[in-house]
Amino acid sequence: MSGFKDRGRSRQELARRVAEDIQDGWCVNLGIGLPEQVAAYLSPDKDVLLQSENGLLGMGKPAAPEQIDWDLINAGKKPVTLLAGGCYFDHMTSFAMMRGGHLDLCLLGAFQVSAAGDLANWWTGDPGELPAVGGAMDLVVGARRVHAIMDHTTRDGRPKIVSRCSYPLTGLGVVDRIYTDLAVIDVLDGELIVSEIVETLDMNGLQARTDALLRAAADMRVVPVASG
Amino acid sequence: MLDKIRPDAFSALEDIHDGATVLVGGFGGAGLPYELVHALIDQGARELTIVNNNSGTGVNGLAALVAAGRVRKMICSYPKAADPKADPNIFFQWYRAGRIELELVPQGTIVERLRAAAAGLGGFYCPTAVGTLLAEGKEVRILDGKPYLLEMPLRGDFALVKAWQADRWGNLVYRKAARNFNPVMAMAAKVTIAQVHETVKLGQIDPEHVVTPGAFVQRLVRIQGTHP
Repeated sequence: MSGFKDRGRSRQELARRVAEDIQDGWCVNLGIGLPEQVAAYLSPDKDVLLQSENGLLGMGKPAAPEQIDWDLINAGKKPVTLLAGGCYFDHMTSFAMMRGGHLDLCLLGAFQVSAAGDLANWWTGDPGELPAVGGAMDLVVGARRVHAIMDHTTRDGRPKIVSRCSYPLTGLGVVDRIYTDLAVIDVLDGELIVSEIVETLDMNGLQARTDALLRAAADMRVVPVASG
Repeated sequence: MLDKIRPDAFSALEDIHDGATVLVGGFGGAGLPYELVHALIDQGARELTIVNNNSGTGVNGLAALVAAGRVRKMICSYPKAADPKADPNIFFQWYRAGRIELELVPQGTIVERLRAAAAGLGGFYCPTAVGTLLAEGKEVRILDGKPYLLEMPLRGDFALVKAWQADRWGNLVYRKAARNFNPVMAMAAKVTIAQVHETVKLGQIDPEHVVTPGAFVQRLVRIQGTHP
């Protein structure tokens, strides 16, 4: 598998797929990077209240050049906008919202997720790299649902879904669902249940790219991916 | 007559002593009291412990304080620049050279430790970081079947905060997402010094809109912000 990229969902298809599961009325925190790209695919028919840890609920789109206000940034320190109905609050309120179970969903990127739902996403453990945790550990213990969005394997083809995380943990048993370019997998009582698989792979192929036991859901869907 | 307004930043900071713990508000550049931090550099206090979400970006503000050799220890959640490739990463240089100590704390735990100090609590049990590297050395207690870590209050000798408006009694109003850590830090220090964009007459701030009551603020300096 080394160096070979499976033909799975593109970043756009993946973001669109994740957005489908976000319900009308939910309060949602989207992590920096790939997770925040999901915002662009949320249906305008839904009211989804995006929370930003630095004190926003009802966050709008990234700021256009003429809208930039450096007092209105997101967790990634990029200028954003606020929707009508959005509000500002301080960090005590923001982390009560996160840790206290008031967010319906947090969506995070991951280095590794284990079969038990352990998540590693904040540091590789390399002493040459600064450790930086931000709000990730607060989010994963607090949000009602924790979903990971990530490539199924590393760039050199190693599994990111593992029996046991080798990188430092962000939280123990916190991940409920994993969206990858190849599958959608639910973490249920220490088992990994595949609810969707891309048409370009079968379960044996998916299992070969995963370092933990997978089980196909009774109603597992086989989903098309864009050709090419 | 109660008037907390000082003529300039330097005189507001004159008693910050070597070895002091200084809480500095802001998230990235938003709400960071840049001018007070630069006045602290001029003031000359050394061996400081600084509490902030980050560890300084670019060459101004906290990065300049670190570069001036004034910081012994940084307590923060995210000591990395938002864009490390474009940043001189001054903190990282000092950290790698062993010239500055880092206490990495999850963002919500910093906030709640500050709040505990502000509210006169002796500590609290927090679910964040259980089972991770950041739990090392901390008491674990099972409450209602769930594990928590004992976290201790984090009190400042001084807090440097930034607000939008103030009256001479020290009531503060903030602007947009520049609020962030400023209210909790204002509450958690023995002496809180606020730089404010404008001062207004008593009664001009709607009492319903005061975010930080004057009891938490000892000194005010009017600085028409030049940052970010």
